[in-house]
Amino acid sequence: MKRKGHQYIPNSNPEIKQELMREIGIKTIEELYADIPEKYLLKKPLNLPEAMSEFEVKRHVETLLSKNRTCEDMPIFLGAGCWPHYVPAAVKEVVQRSEFLTSYTPYQPEISQGMLQALFEYQSMICELTAMDVANCSMYDWASALGEAARMASRVTRRNEILVPRIIHPERKATLKTYTEPADISIKEVAYNPENGQIDLGDLESKISNKTAAVYIENPSYLGFVEEHVDEISGLAHKHGSLFIVGIDPTSLGILKPPGEYGADIVVGEAQPLGNPMNFGGPLLGIFACRDDLNLVRQMPGRIIGLTTTTNGDKQGFCMVLQTREQHIRREKATSNICSNEALCAVASAVYMALLGPQGLRELGETIMYKANYAMQLLSRIEGIKAPVFESVHFKEFTVNFDGTGLSVKEVSEKLLKMGVHGGKDISTEFPELGQTALYCVTEIHSKGDIELLAKSLEKIVKER
Amino acid sequence: MFRQAQWNEPIIFNLGKTGRVGHILPTVEGEVKKAVGDLYELIPENLQRKNAPRLPELSEPEVVRHFIRLSEMNYGVDSGLYPLGSCTMKYNPKINELLAGLPKLGMLHPYQDESTVQGILEILYRLERWLAEITGTAEVCLQPAAGAHGEFLGVCIMRAYHKLNGELEKRKDVLVPDSAHGTNPASAAMAGFNVVVIPSDEEGCVDLEALKSAVSDRTAGLMLTNPNTLGIFEKNIEEIAKIVHEAGGLLYYDGANLNPILCKVRPGDMGFDIVHINIHKTFGTPHGGGGPGAGPVGVTEELAKFLPVPRIVFDGERYRLDYDRPYSIGKIRCFYGNVAVLLKAYAYILSLGQKGLREVAEVSVLNANYVMRKLLEIEGLALPYNSQKPRKHECVFSAKPLKNKTGVSALNIAKRLLDHGLHAPTIYFPLIVEEALMIEPTETVEKEELDRFIEAMREICREAHENPEKVLKAPHNTAVQRLDEVRASHPQTMALSWRMYRKKLVSKNP
Repeated sequence: MKRKGHQYIPNSNPEIKQELMREIGIKTIEELYADIPEKYLLKKPLNLPEAMSEFEVKRHVETLLSKNRTCEDMPIFLGAGCWPHYVPAAVKEVVQRSEFLTSYTPYQPEISQGMLQALFEYQSMICELTAMDVANCSMYDWASALGEAARMASRVTRRNEILVPRIIHPERKATLKTYTEPADISIKEVAYNPENGQIDLGDLESKISNKTAAVYIENPSYLGFVEEHVDEISGLAHKHGSLFIVGIDPTSLGILKPPGEYGADIVVGEAQPLGNPMNFGGPLLGIFACRDDLNLVRQMPGRIIGLTTTTNGDKQGFCMVLQTREQHIRREKATSNICSNEALCAVASAVYMALLGPQGLRELGETIMYKANYAMQLLSRIEGIKAPVFESVHFKEFTVNFDGTGLSVKEVSEKLLKMGVHGGKDISTEFPELGQTALYCVTEIHSKGDIELLAKSLEKIVKER
Repeated sequence: MFRQAQWNEPIIFNLGKTGRVGHILPTVEGEVKKAVGDLYELIPENLQRKNAPRLPELSEPEVVRHFIRLSEMNYGVDSGLYPLGSCTMKYNPKINELLAGLPKLGMLHPYQDESTVQGILEILYRLERWLAEITGTAEVCLQPAAGAHGEFLGVCIMRAYHKLNGELEKRKDVLVPDSAHGTNPASAAMAGFNVVVIPSDEEGCVDLEALKSAVSDRTAGLMLTNPNTLGIFEKNIEEIAKIVHEAGGLLYYDGANLNPILCKVRPGDMGFDIVHINIHKTFGTPHGGGGPGAGPVGVTEELAKFLPVPRIVFDGERYRLDYDRPYSIGKIRCFYGNVAVLLKAYAYILSLGQKGLREVAEVSVLNANYVMRKLLEIEGLALPYNSQKPRKHECVFSAKPLKNKTGVSALNIAKRLLDHGLHAPTIYFPLIVEEALMIEPTETVEKEELDRFIEAMREICREAHENPEKVLKAPHNTAVQRLDEVRASHPQTMALSWRMYRKKLVSKNP
């Protein structure tokens, strides 16, 4: 029997098409396109591949992907905004449920209670973790969340300057610039103490003024150390009527003080580590939270789910709230243009946080910190290597300086790769003042054996130089 | 009749027992602990967490059961028809999920050495070429995470273009038709432009005279959806492009409605300079309850230099990430895009091929016109803007006659459809149609399911005349009945997290 139609298109069968056309009163499909000027209708097929069977597609894609080497093939010590963590099987099971996976934004709440409740629980768990009151149900990533936070701070304070630390992820800074420039917000950098990397409070004090919409810090910092003067920074920001924005890695919050307890007005961050694979850098999951203050909440970007009841008051239920902030209602006056976000990644994070619970999150933080600090110890014993560069407490990432070895980061990393180990991120051009330095990351997925392999390989490279 | 599960599932914070855990982490080796010593001696006192986060304590089966029950109170494309206009809720092929879930992608870090990521770079590079071919643009950037993110990139490129020409100070207006998606004006405003609204004419298309009088040397560009949100093709596109270009503006294509013209007509050929694509609409990737999607942007050769870094380049042997682009607008996010979503689009294009994609377009239009023709027979529904004219992928009915006669509104129809186990269309959009029902069936629905929808619509309109109360109080068969959305957003009762809810309870009953 001759095959008729495509497997994804039930009405592509020629007889069914005929039937539909008869109902409409047309003879050819082209009649439905008759209003398009002739000159624009494509006359020749486009240069696209021929259709493949499902088996062929699978084999083709798998063959291409097999060219990649992943952290299952070798230990990889990269972090810097996207981190290797284990994703429990239960998380994958839940997010593959097609009722979640194939649903749209819950515009019809009565038939979408499942997604709404799951997202409300995500928001609530993020609030518990950060000690904030309100969280939205996601931004694209940490970088775009920061861009939106800066714009929000500027709207709330009617000021147009943001102070950011010199030690910040360069891609986050670049994104912040793209988001703020059209709103005439300027970004000023605050210097760091060269000994310990901590924000230079004197420099902050000299730069903060009644023009400052917000002071932004990252904790742990981009280079992995814990920012210690949070209370002073928070105090300075508030003294000048500025908002205090804190960027976080949520895996640290089982053991580190949450930003809500040191005066943060807005918290942003990256929740990819909570149950989402790295996927070569996307999708990610931007955290956005703030205090329960209507002046802030009304200026928030993104979708927010709230708890309510049925109109007859019988039952608890969930729906989207404060939609008058959003583009589909407010159009050019909306707080942001964001529409689709990373909802399913947020559900993954909700499942992850629920699985770990308070004890698991504390253990996660401890496990990561033990392993990263162990790695620092082993590496710093190697002649010519300094790890970390800064005399501060480090959580899961740390700097490794190779100046004493006479080798560049690039040379070291190439040699490491040949030995089956992937080194950290080369930051020698981002922070030239730190010399030949790389940013290494260790998480709960790195075993003692992986860390020792890294140390032994580096030792060999340094010796054989 | 349809009955959705009603689990009365408690909020997760009210489940579990102290001391339960749902996941055991890898152990820290004793030697590691010994070498590092007490962590809490390392962390400064003032930075230690003293109060554990108040998260629930649950075992793995409890967590799974909770979320599976929640999933049963949710409706997806796999449950049935999902005719949300402008959302293109088509079937999401299962093979694509399987491929995107492979560890060979999941376990890949974005900063890995290029030699270790050649496979994924090849996939992304090819996908860029295919999308450029489909949209008729010179170069495509895959980085935007969603359609609106693509729009933001697009208007940032407009900015960069006028800035380089020394005209940004002057060119402050972005023109947007009154039928446009809300994201268009919101994106333009985010990029610092003034929004100028262009009215539609009697045919539901851009009013050419209004456009002519709106353009000037202040015009930065026009954002247009074609076919527009009424499902009508802007047949004067050549003239529109000419008017905007002659005024020195750029033409932006909102790709939300690309599905019906796949491999039939290309935005680039119609004169569009910047085009975004909704991967999660046109290329069959799931919406996930609101994301993640992907919103690649294609541009003309002249504008390619403004695209974000890095660009994926191929020298005939090796794929590389190129950051050396002095005119680039920089970054709109970290890394390279929602790669796991983009991989599904790559597989989707391979499964359909050029002929299959053309078939997608044609059948999506055929299905929409079939539904339109059948709904025209129903008393109470009207089709504004020339009801004899074929639509493309969607049609927008007005329930105004029904409302005038019976009191049953578009909202009531939407809620009653849920009782039939069908998702509602988009309602009250576009704004130029009163009591709007915006219906996009897509190509992945069989005639029988379309007929089920048509019958449900007929039944509801009959019911509106005979027993309006039943419709006005709908839905009846969903997990919950009508929700109090006013209460949800009222400052006194608003609860945006469990923490906030608890605090409000305590302050009410101290």
